[in-house]
Amino acid sequence: MGVGIEVEDLNAWYGQTHTLKGINLQIPANSATALIGPSGCGKSTFVRCLNRMHETNPVARAEGTVRVGDVDVYKDASPVEIRRRIGMVFQRPNPFPTMSIYDNVASGLKLNGFRNKRVLDEVVERSLRQAALWDEVKDHLKSKSGASLSGGQQQRLCIARAIAVDPEVLLMDEPASALDPVSTAKIEDLIFQLKDEYTIVIVTHNMQQAARVAEKTGFFLSGHLVEFDSTHKIFTNPSDKRTEDYITGRFG
Amino acid sequence: MPHRPSRANVGRRQAANHLFTVLAILSTVLVIAPLFAILVYLLFQGVRSLNVAFFTHLPRPVGEPGGGMANSIVGSGIILSLASLLGIPLGIGAGIYLHEYGGGKTLANAIRFTADVLNGVPSIVMGIAAYSLIVVPQKHFSAFAAGVALAIMMVPTVTRTTEEMLATVPNAVREAALGLGIPKWRTVMTVSLKTASPGIITGCMLAFARVAGETAPLLFTAFGNQFWPTSLNEPIAALPLQIFVYAVSPYDEWHRLAWAGALVLIVLIMVSVTLVRVVTGRGMLNGGH
Repeated sequence: MGVGIEVEDLNAWYGQTHTLKGINLQIPANSATALIGPSGCGKSTFVRCLNRMHETNPVARAEGTVRVGDVDVYKDASPVEIRRRIGMVFQRPNPFPTMSIYDNVASGLKLNGFRNKRVLDEVVERSLRQAALWDEVKDHLKSKSGASLSGGQQQRLCIARAIAVDPEVLLMDEPASALDPVSTAKIEDLIFQLKDEYTIVIVTHNMQQAARVAEKTGFFLSGHLVEFDSTHKIFTNPSDKRTEDYITGRFG
Repeated sequence: MPHRPSRANVGRRQAANHLFTVLAILSTVLVIAPLFAILVYLLFQGVRSLNVAFFTHLPRPVGEPGGGMANSIVGSGIILSLASLLGIPLGIGAGIYLHEYGGGKTLANAIRFTADVLNGVPSIVMGIAAYSLIVVPQKHFSAFAAGVALAIMMVPTVTRTTEEMLATVPNAVREAALGLGIPKWRTVMTVSLKTASPGIITGCMLAFARVAGETAPLLFTAFGNQFWPTSLNEPIAALPLQIFVYAVSPYDEWHRLAWAGALVLIVLIMVSVTLVRVVTGRGMLNGGH
């Protein structure tokens, strides 16, 4: 089951550049939350701070409090533990090129030392079914490389890989921006299915997408969280003038 | 009015195109021709002296017909295995440090610089180094000293190719692994290294082929031996050494054996490189990019 996320006074830097400035927000459990805003506004940095991927860049640094369920991300746990509980799907599909489809999905478990073959088989099938990819790949699970699939299939494979380790939160950084409309629709359906079981945070450039899949939406601008409210309110009656300007296409 | 490519000069441009194609082909031929000539000449000279005895018998004294280089072939095998066993893991380890952990640190830059310098050090200097560090204190020549000398020569090539091949692994692949909660060392060992492995294997084979024919470092270390090797702690025969000794001798019979030895050395290097490629290429998945 998913857990909620509480963020208090989160700041992030790349070298000298202050990219996130005092972010406060609460993301409800078992729902989809969309983050929108123009390029470079800090929304990707924000999700990368939630699972401490931000700090894998040597010049990057973050300060503040992030609580995921009962875990204080920056105090209680190591980055490795945090990332096991918070799955991530990246902008470009990034399956492991040397691994088969099966091994890609099983990688999170296998590389963490899990070896029981019967359980692995079950997890791989369940994850691929959840990611709506099973029927397309079930005949060549072990004979084809993850890199041999189409872009849309690769992204669903990456989603299957992320949910195979049964995370509590699923972060998606523009998961459909490199995909065609048909694949995008499949990914959106998937988010709709998955949000009953996981807490989903999705960064998107596509405002229709935010409106379609998310209960709540946050609008980022120049490192600030300008507005965070129900998706309906953001898109029909935003309280901030800048939000209104952005969603009506006056800038960005 | 935007500039359109003009239709004028098409003939001249095509002529230039053809000219450069011809020049490129010509350069290729010039590069390959000497190699091909050497191979053919070697084959022609070497095959005449090749027989079963060459692969099974020990060398005979001058004047006695027959004899072979069996002990040299085995000796080269031992020295090269030892060198690979020592040099390849060390080189790969250093390459991993340079790319995955070193970043722009001073230590990494120092290692990189040292590796590049080491790569340019003449092989005879390596032999002298191994001689003064191992042979002199031990007071005897040995297969071990020869293995170490060749291993040191392999390290820079293996290190730099490992580093360069790891640099070709897309960062997205590393992030995928880290994002799954896989610890960094495990990400490096299973994901980065595996993705880069075809290039790293090529680098190792290049280093192997380079030292397999080295003679100078063996003069002060392996020294040579007329008998079967029995221990790593005694002088040992090696193909390049035996070829050298026979080639500079005044006897026709030995000259012929030297030709045969050179042919066998080249064929053995080609076979082992091909074998490694076939074995490591197996198990790759189809349908990749």
